[in-house]
Amino acid sequence: MKAKLLVFAYGNLSRGDDALGPLLAEVIEDKFNASEQVEVLTDFQLQIEHSLDIEGRELVLFIDASVNTPQAFSLSELQPERDKSYTTHAMSPAAVLQVYQEVTKFDPPPCFLLTVQGIAFELGEPLSAMAQLNLQQAKDFIMPLLQKADVDFWRTQCTEEAGFA
Amino acid sequence: MYENLETADNSENLKRVVVDPVSRVEGHGKVTLLLDEDNKVQQARLHIVEFRGFEKFIQGRPYWELPVLVQRLCGICPVSHHLAAAKAIDQLVGVDPENLPPAADKLRRLLHFGQILQSHSLHFFHLASPDLLFGFESDISKRNIFAVLNEYPDIGVQGVKLRKYGQEVIRMVSGKRIHGTGAIAGGMNKPLTKAERDYLLEDVDQMIAWSADAVNLVQKVLQSNRPYYDDFATVPTSYLGLTKKNGGLEFYHGGIRAKDALGNLLMDQVDYCDYNDYIHEEVRSWTYMKFPYLTALGKEQGSYRVGPLARINICDSIDTPLAEQARLIFKLHSSNPMVHSTLAFHWARLIEVLHCAESIKSLLHDPDILSSELEVQGEKRFEGVGVIEAPRGTLFHHYQVDENDIVTKANLIVSTTSNNQAMNESVRQVASEYLSGQELTEPLLNNLEVAIRAYDPCLSCATHAVGKMPLQLELVDAQGNLVDKLTKHNDGQIERTR
Repeated sequence: MKAKLLVFAYGNLSRGDDALGPLLAEVIEDKFNASEQVEVLTDFQLQIEHSLDIEGRELVLFIDASVNTPQAFSLSELQPERDKSYTTHAMSPAAVLQVYQEVTKFDPPPCFLLTVQGIAFELGEPLSAMAQLNLQQAKDFIMPLLQKADVDFWRTQCTEEAGFA
Repeated sequence: MYENLETADNSENLKRVVVDPVSRVEGHGKVTLLLDEDNKVQQARLHIVEFRGFEKFIQGRPYWELPVLVQRLCGICPVSHHLAAAKAIDQLVGVDPENLPPAADKLRRLLHFGQILQSHSLHFFHLASPDLLFGFESDISKRNIFAVLNEYPDIGVQGVKLRKYGQEVIRMVSGKRIHGTGAIAGGMNKPLTKAERDYLLEDVDQMIAWSADAVNLVQKVLQSNRPYYDDFATVPTSYLGLTKKNGGLEFYHGGIRAKDALGNLLMDQVDYCDYNDYIHEEVRSWTYMKFPYLTALGKEQGSYRVGPLARINICDSIDTPLAEQARLIFKLHSSNPMVHSTLAFHWARLIEVLHCAESIKSLLHDPDILSSELEVQGEKRFEGVGVIEAPRGTLFHHYQVDENDIVTKANLIVSTTSNNQAMNESVRQVASEYLSGQELTEPLLNNLEVAIRAYDPCLSCATHAVGKMPLQLELVDAQGNLVDKLTKHNDGQIERTR
């Protein structure tokens, strides 16, 4: 039986601020370790097969580091999109939802993207000081949402319009 | 034939066209074309900017961290680095490959087959099939996985599920999708349970069937327009890879074999621990990436290709029946002893997918695979070399440690590096054939990308943060003035600025 809420964080722990996603996932996993309602998955990057991880969920949260997020973090609702991010290296969560739709012929469950602002991504570097602060703020923001896994509530908490992220 | 295009005379009078980075190639790449006043290609270079800092990242760490640590070098083939490092640190604890417990050896092979299956499947179904199914110069809106899923839904779904199956093999063997600690010095850290084995067996016959279909598909495509596909980006080269003692195809452990462009043996069953005696790396001023070559042939003649095309070309047989049958058909494709067509990389890659699927089934039925005798130890050594055939080709990990088990020296030769010279040759060939005298257009750029993509170069080191992957094309004159610029944003929009 799959958990209703999937948290999917992606990034590389040894690439500076790219670790933001997996680090936040670790915190969430510790918090919800005993819960059967929440499953936490991590990977280096999004890929086509991750569309199958969405199957059977009621709510999905993607977490990623982003250089484009103007503030510490940002939450937006995702829609399937042929956004041509077929540079697999950077496959977007919206594109993963599109693959889900094409493969299963069903609409995906409600999916959200939490981006946490990062600035430095060099191999072997630790989190930057700014990313450490952003991580804490993102953690404080997301934990109450995970406690109340309600899509309508999440929509009220979005900091960005739905669309490509 | 095209060597003169790498360094042009009178380069100060040339225009510069930059394609940066190459899309649908894993990571960051940039193609620079220097055009003369008549828009003829005078100089062509493929720049890859990622391969630096590996050794620094590893030095100073205790050796037992390496199998986990090196996975983070590359988000595309972490298992390959994991296994190459594990083989190297086996030696640091005094364990040679033949002394590894049978279950540990077979679990590592199972892990490796899963990795190659998922990596090759992603590359073919997601990255290469749009070009092959819709044509190199087809509308840009078609050249992606969505179009494949829409117009060839069975093929698209098979690609997704083959990839997923490979990931599941990795997860069952190593315990996690990524950052797993499956291999440790001297063995493996967890056995495969009967439930895990049975779970993987459920779908394996389907994977074999889909793999066989994929081999037939690519064979049909590449034979449908032979002069064009055979000649596209094709460069006759030498080839290098591991083989079994009997010359059979081998991914995990074997001796180094190399053959020249005519199929003559250059070396065979060379102990990879002695690789430094046979392979040197040339440094060139314009790129961070080195150019490996066979020492005996020298810098000018010694470059070689690795990866699927090399492996299928140099091996004498494959020990699984369907893949062997496919290999024999593949070899008949050329009247020469070696198949040099760069696009035949795709065909060879799918033969390997089929071999992986067959081998996974075979290993899952092997009684040793459930054994819990997984680790041995020997007498400490201070140097270890691990070499495997990664999806993209031969991967070398070489470490030295001090008395405190800290890595003091590390040397890695990654697969894409070995194909560096050949990729440059292919770029030059395509540029010379297709871009001369023409303005830069998206279909023409895609021809360049198709050529590079055939090698499946791993240009990345797993950073992927949103917003960091625009595609830029710049036209700069010899004085450094920006003449034209195209930017391909993450959402696929192309913006022109002059």
